[in-house]
Amino acid sequence: MNTDSTPLPKVPKKSVWNNPKFRSLFFQAIVLAATVAFGISIFHNTSVNLETRGIATGFDFLSTTAGFGIIQHFIPYTEESTYGATFLVGLINTIVVSALGIILATILGVIVGIARLSKNWLIAKLAAVYIEIFRNIPLLLQIFFWYFVVLRNLPSPRQSVTFVGGFFLNNRGIYSPSPVTHDGFSYIVWAVILAFVLIFFIKRWADKRQEATGQQFHTFYVSLVILVILPLLAAVATGFPLTWDKPALSGFNFKGGMVIIPEFAALLLSLVIYTASFMAETVRAGIESVAHGQTEAAYALGLRPNSTLRLVILPQALRVIIPPMTSEFLNLTKNSSLATAIAYPDLVAVFAGTTLNQTGQAIEIIAMTMAVYLSISLLISAVMNWYNASVALVER
Amino acid sequence: MTEQAAAEKGLAVSDEVMIDIRNMHKWYGQFHVLKDINITVKKGERIVVCGPSGSGKSTMIRCINRLEEHQKGQIIVQGVELTSDLKQIEAIRREVGMVFQHFNLFPHLTVLENCALAPIWVRKMPRAEAEEIGMKYLERVKIPEQAKKYPGQLSGGQQQRVAIARSLCMSPNVMLFDEPTSALDPEMIKEVLDTMIELAEEGMTMIVVTHEMGFAKTVANRVIFMDEGQIIEEEEPETFFEHPKNDRTKLFLSQILAH
Amino acid sequence: MNTKSYAIGQIPDMVPPIASVGFIGWFRKNLFSSWVNSVLTLFSLWLLYLTIPPMIDWMLVNANFSGTTKQDCTNTGACWPFVSSHIDQFFYGFYPQAERWRVDITILLLIGLMIPLFIKKFPYKGITAAVALFIYPVVAFFLLVGGSFGLPVVETSLWGGFSLTLVISVVGIVTSLPIGIVLALGRRSNMPTIRSICTVFIELWRGVPLITVLFMSSVMLPLFLPEGVNFDKLLRALIGVSLFAAAYMAEVVRGGLQAIPKGQFEGAMSLGLSYWKTMSFIILPQALKYVIPSIVSTFIGLFKDTTLVLIIGLFDFLGIVQTASTDPKWLGMAVEGYVFTALVYGVFCFAMSQYSQAIERKLDTGHKKR
Repeated sequence: MNTDSTPLPKVPKKSVWNNPKFRSLFFQAIVLAATVAFGISIFHNTSVNLETRGIATGFDFLSTTAGFGIIQHFIPYTEESTYGATFLVGLINTIVVSALGIILATILGVIVGIARLSKNWLIAKLAAVYIEIFRNIPLLLQIFFWYFVVLRNLPSPRQSVTFVGGFFLNNRGIYSPSPVTHDGFSYIVWAVILAFVLIFFIKRWADKRQEATGQQFHTFYVSLVILVILPLLAAVATGFPLTWDKPALSGFNFKGGMVIIPEFAALLLSLVIYTASFMAETVRAGIESVAHGQTEAAYALGLRPNSTLRLVILPQALRVIIPPMTSEFLNLTKNSSLATAIAYPDLVAVFAGTTLNQTGQAIEIIAMTMAVYLSISLLISAVMNWYNASVALVER
Repeated sequence: MTEQAAAEKGLAVSDEVMIDIRNMHKWYGQFHVLKDINITVKKGERIVVCGPSGSGKSTMIRCINRLEEHQKGQIIVQGVELTSDLKQIEAIRREVGMVFQHFNLFPHLTVLENCALAPIWVRKMPRAEAEEIGMKYLERVKIPEQAKKYPGQLSGGQQQRVAIARSLCMSPNVMLFDEPTSALDPEMIKEVLDTMIELAEEGMTMIVVTHEMGFAKTVANRVIFMDEGQIIEEEEPETFFEHPKNDRTKLFLSQILAH
Repeated sequence: MNTKSYAIGQIPDMVPPIASVGFIGWFRKNLFSSWVNSVLTLFSLWLLYLTIPPMIDWMLVNANFSGTTKQDCTNTGACWPFVSSHIDQFFYGFYPQAERWRVDITILLLIGLMIPLFIKKFPYKGITAAVALFIYPVVAFFLLVGGSFGLPVVETSLWGGFSLTLVISVVGIVTSLPIGIVLALGRRSNMPTIRSICTVFIELWRGVPLITVLFMSSVMLPLFLPEGVNFDKLLRALIGVSLFAAAYMAEVVRGGLQAIPKGQFEGAMSLGLSYWKTMSFIILPQALKYVIPSIVSTFIGLFKDTTLVLIIGLFDFLGIVQTASTDPKWLGMAVEGYVFTALVYGVFCFAMSQYSQAIERKLDTGHKKR
């Protein structure tokens, strides 16, 4: 190697292979190449397969007529609507059940989680039993139970369970009066908006006054009163421009009113009950994570239990609770896809189910469905990360 | 500060009774933790409570602001008897300040917010005024420059001084100290003790659970020794340290002063 | 000033006031400490009164326990003969009667391998775990599928019931562990390409519901394969479940890796160990031990999620119960079926979660000692 007459001190032979930079590049190149090759082969196989089976490709199917009805739709939809409309109806149904589920599950989960920590032995034990039962039974089984056992076994419309005020419960769903608005109803809406604006300013005024004089103001009760009185005044002034269309039995079914279909009720009920059991554990762990000394210090300063919870415990517990709570929100949204097992027309049921069966365009449909869930996941994570950051900022 | 200096300052004790504990008993389940406790604390008195761990001394002072519930006997604070009536408990807690072994500062609030929290929400003061009081007491404990920091950014000694300032902001008539220096590194103990000594000089009524015998000698006008849930000996500091009557007290003193 | 001195024990231990201890004390403290609590207690008792007695009535008092047909159920309560006459089917699915001993042996082997993990002082835990992870699946495969060693082939379409639930969840967890480890290491790698590929893979699977993954594996997977190659339905579901579980496992393992102090890496590197040696001998054993409770939780989740395979037409435990309840001879017996299924799942999941909590407590105390 060295042709010089005066040999240099022996330098260990440097192989490129031992250069970490090169090795890293080499590995990455291999993995990338393998991934690309894998992708290409899948693409090739798929296109061959699609051709031999005569399956169309592309998104043209979205503008073809679907030809099937959907029992629950929040946008106009008929059998003549397109697959694109089917997609939208399914998406909206998924969002409706998930959003309602998240709100209700959070309320129930917080209640059960706090009950789990109650000083009342019976309440604490009941909460513990609730948690252990409902989180250890598969969600699908719970959905089946509510749907096939409870809601499907309700009496037929003719023998409906009747409640005061025009509510009926039968195996076709839960019927309730629907509001019908007449001229002047917009005034009531404006009154509600005005009430909220007023409350906002009262809250600001109350906070400012407390800053300045220390006097506290019962913002909550005053807001409540405003929220009731203002719309009521508007209603009286306009002569109650709102009537209720009560459902009535005609033939074998009810006409008029609103209906919550049993599929929706069963899915929502089981999602809420199941997810709340996990949320309760999250809430309990969060509150328990705040050291007992914090409560004692607050009490020793003369703070009341309510103020202690609001000013000392919750701000600290929330930082622990929010990240796992976010993943429960995501789980609930993803679990709403079990709708397909009881034919609630969510995105998976009407799009990845019926539409896929009719068109056979598996690639496009599954990709679109997955993309929807991925976007929802990313959106919820982003919002919660932002919120979490703003809460965490308070500390440092 | 020396004993002489303390004497010169003339730490006056008035005849007004601040805390009166009569035949108080407490049980944890079947376990009899506090047995027939009788203590009378007059305004301006500085009482040091010592004793081996598990002797019930912490439990005893925690009964005074009802962080623990007693089952028998009476505790009367400024003429008001402690019962399970929430209004009375709140009234007493407003007048009695407490400093804990582990500081128990609120980590999500700044030092100043820690101080202003109770004046705002309990005394219903304007924020500006509450913060002014907070700053006043932070200056008193000599850390006004830390006001905007969070507790986690301070040393143990600084945190305990903030805790003292936080209690003082409620202008209590009595201060309870539950082993305020036990969780501190040795070099930080002095700064906290100095703060407490200054407080005593200003005439604050104090009950201090501590093993700091130097503090007891200089500041206390009475030392209470507890063991196995009862008061074993109650003496003026000189008598207590020079001529303890009880064998158990002698043993304890020999152990604690050997350090 | 009055000075006093007492002797220890001068004041004898006394019995606490009757109102604060014993039965009455307990009731006062835990159930009726304030009027709000009293109302809550009475409300809970009322709720219990509304639910528990009718349930016991239905399940036990008025239930039918003997018989073989629906007509034998003459009492008003539950008709348990529905469960007892289907119990074989619930467990084996449609696995041929003559070959069911193979399922029995497979499961007994699994139990045999699991028992040592619960014995505290068992010395060969590592080896047992290795056998369970690497040798057992091969043995189980040959036993259940057959086709060699003189065992007749049993089509997977005949598999079903609780044994199928076990197969899917055990396969899911066993395959997801190694894939998950590789993905977790990849996500923590400092090579950007590898890191992004792993991150995308993990987040993709974690962002979508298991149903869409199962749909994908049942309808899209056949399209991905070269012509002529075809997978059986169960295998496709297993691939979907495994990849899905692997993404979750990767995050569990990553959590463990993050909990290992940086000093451990530096210490190992300073000894001159290579990356792979550092990982496999120093870091991973610690990280995995740390996340055992999370692995068990993942398994519980997977165990419950296997019920979803019934949507793509496999007859797992819930699937077979659902089928049996639509049997014309036993119509109207769904409740009994569901209650039985819920009981089985509940007991299994509860036991596993208690086990994982026990480990967690043990690890916790171990941590505090350091």
